[in-house]
Amino acid sequence: MTLQDLLMLDLPPLLAALLAGGTCGLLGSFLVLRRESLVGDALAHAVLPGIILGFAVTGVASGLPMLAGAMLAGLAAVGLIAVVQKAARLDPGAAIGAVFTTFFAVGLVLIEVTGARSVDLDLDCVLFGQLETLVWTEGRSLAALVDPAALAALPRQLGLMAGVAVAVGLTVAALWRPLKLICFDPGYAAALGLPSRGLEIGLAMMVAAAAVAAFQAVGSILVVAMLVCPAAALRLMTDDYRTQVLGGAALGAALGGVGYALAGPVPAALGIGVALNAAGVIGTLGGLAVAAAALARRRASVTPRPAEPALPGSAPGSA
Amino acid sequence: MSAAPPPLSVRQLTVAYGERPAVWDVSWDAPPGLTAIVGPNGAGKSTLLKATLGLVPALSGEVRFFGRPLAEVRDRVGYLPQRASVDWDFPATALDVVAMARYPRMRWWGPIPRRHREAARDALAQVGLADLAGRQIGMLSGGQQQRVFLARALAQDADLVLMDEPFAAVDAATEEAIVQVLRDLAASGRHVVAVHHDLGTVPAYFGSVLLLNTRVFAAGPVARAFSAAAIAQTYGARLPVLEQALLSGAEGGGG
Repeated sequence: MTLQDLLMLDLPPLLAALLAGGTCGLLGSFLVLRRESLVGDALAHAVLPGIILGFAVTGVASGLPMLAGAMLAGLAAVGLIAVVQKAARLDPGAAIGAVFTTFFAVGLVLIEVTGARSVDLDLDCVLFGQLETLVWTEGRSLAALVDPAALAALPRQLGLMAGVAVAVGLTVAALWRPLKLICFDPGYAAALGLPSRGLEIGLAMMVAAAAVAAFQAVGSILVVAMLVCPAAALRLMTDDYRTQVLGGAALGAALGGVGYALAGPVPAALGIGVALNAAGVIGTLGGLAVAAAALARRRASVTPRPAEPALPGSAPGSA
Repeated sequence: MSAAPPPLSVRQLTVAYGERPAVWDVSWDAPPGLTAIVGPNGAGKSTLLKATLGLVPALSGEVRFFGRPLAEVRDRVGYLPQRASVDWDFPATALDVVAMARYPRMRWWGPIPRRHREAARDALAQVGLADLAGRQIGMLSGGQQQRVFLARALAQDADLVLMDEPFAAVDAATEEAIVQVLRDLAASGRHVVAVHHDLGTVPAYFGSVLLLNTRVFAAGPVARAFSAAAIAQTYGARLPVLEQALLSGAEGGGG
């Protein structure tokens, strides 16, 4: 494996995995804390028809049209879930399940109908991502890293992912306290006059945007792993809100990066002729991270916590 | 001198979940001081509180706080939700939770300004939890968690505090602490409207009462409105339980 291989073939997917993993890991904590992990799954699937339509209408395979389409589809899905829940008096799980599978199915049909399939949005890419197809043709030497012309030839998906990552990061930072409050006690947030509903929709829109970014990296099926696994692992490791949120982002990026490396470059460097599916490795690592965190927590909880007056009605599930 | 507008005034308020009305045509003025909303389970007590704050949509009706719409006087209205309404495993300390009361008064990011941190500490001290400010909320007992919520409501520094079941499932020490806080609030000219489930302690803890079972059955000073007949009407057929409660109320009452 040469430096040129590394720059041309491995750098773009590695960056994509880092960006998608970090963005999803950051937002995942809010979903997990709100006990809405399934909403992440739903959004990750529901954005598909929006992506396809954004592509079909403009003919551009990446960039803002697809992002806009995805966010519109996400908004429509969130709205429809609320309507179905209310109109049909279904429990939230049923309403979410009915809406997001329908959206996803419509997306699959649209791939065929719109002819998006013939370009680069085939079923494999939708389901498993397209990390390995990201190539930097101008990455011939280290000098290219500082050459604007060469950098401009980086895959456009990377630009979208970087843009989403920065936008989501800034938004989370700017809305730090309101987001914390709608995770803990949305009713109280509303009573204080904070725009509770708007914040919830904003969070859903960020998740939709992150899902588009991650969708290109690991595919729809594993987006939920990127959203939930880092946050769930951190949930088992820390009782500090800031560590939870920022740690989730860091762990998500790490899982993305390490997962990609283990799938291709590392076996290649070792001379093992096995290239694994990067999305599969990332998803597997995510599951292992949660399992490891759970084991570590079990071990830690063998040492007794500070003595507590065990009153009836004390919080359940703290063990 | 014209009378000051009541802390809370509700006109023809109706709230329904689906087709079943939870609150029906309620018109009521909360008097100054400490007021209990009393009624059987499912009588719409919590719903009434939430509807006044706009947390559940009302079908019709009008709500005024101190004679004004809520949006104009939001900083004068505090709220203590039911303890069971949140996940106490949330990664936060007692102080974190109390400081939430001050979020509308600070920037949305960065460290919490010192004066707000101090206000939160003072509120925790007021409910007897000064030493537990840094404790994870999941490690607190149920009563302590209830007091954290009470401290958060206090930290809003509001003129009227709406409390949803503040005495639900608390230990004796917490009940005592809450009663003391209620008295302190009343002594400093603040007002409280609390959903309350224990008929026996109404006369001891509260000055006024609203008997509610979807619609208003009686309202006014405890001495007048909290009559056996009105309670019987409000609670319908559940007389055996009721009589017991009334007996204990008569013994412990007189306040």
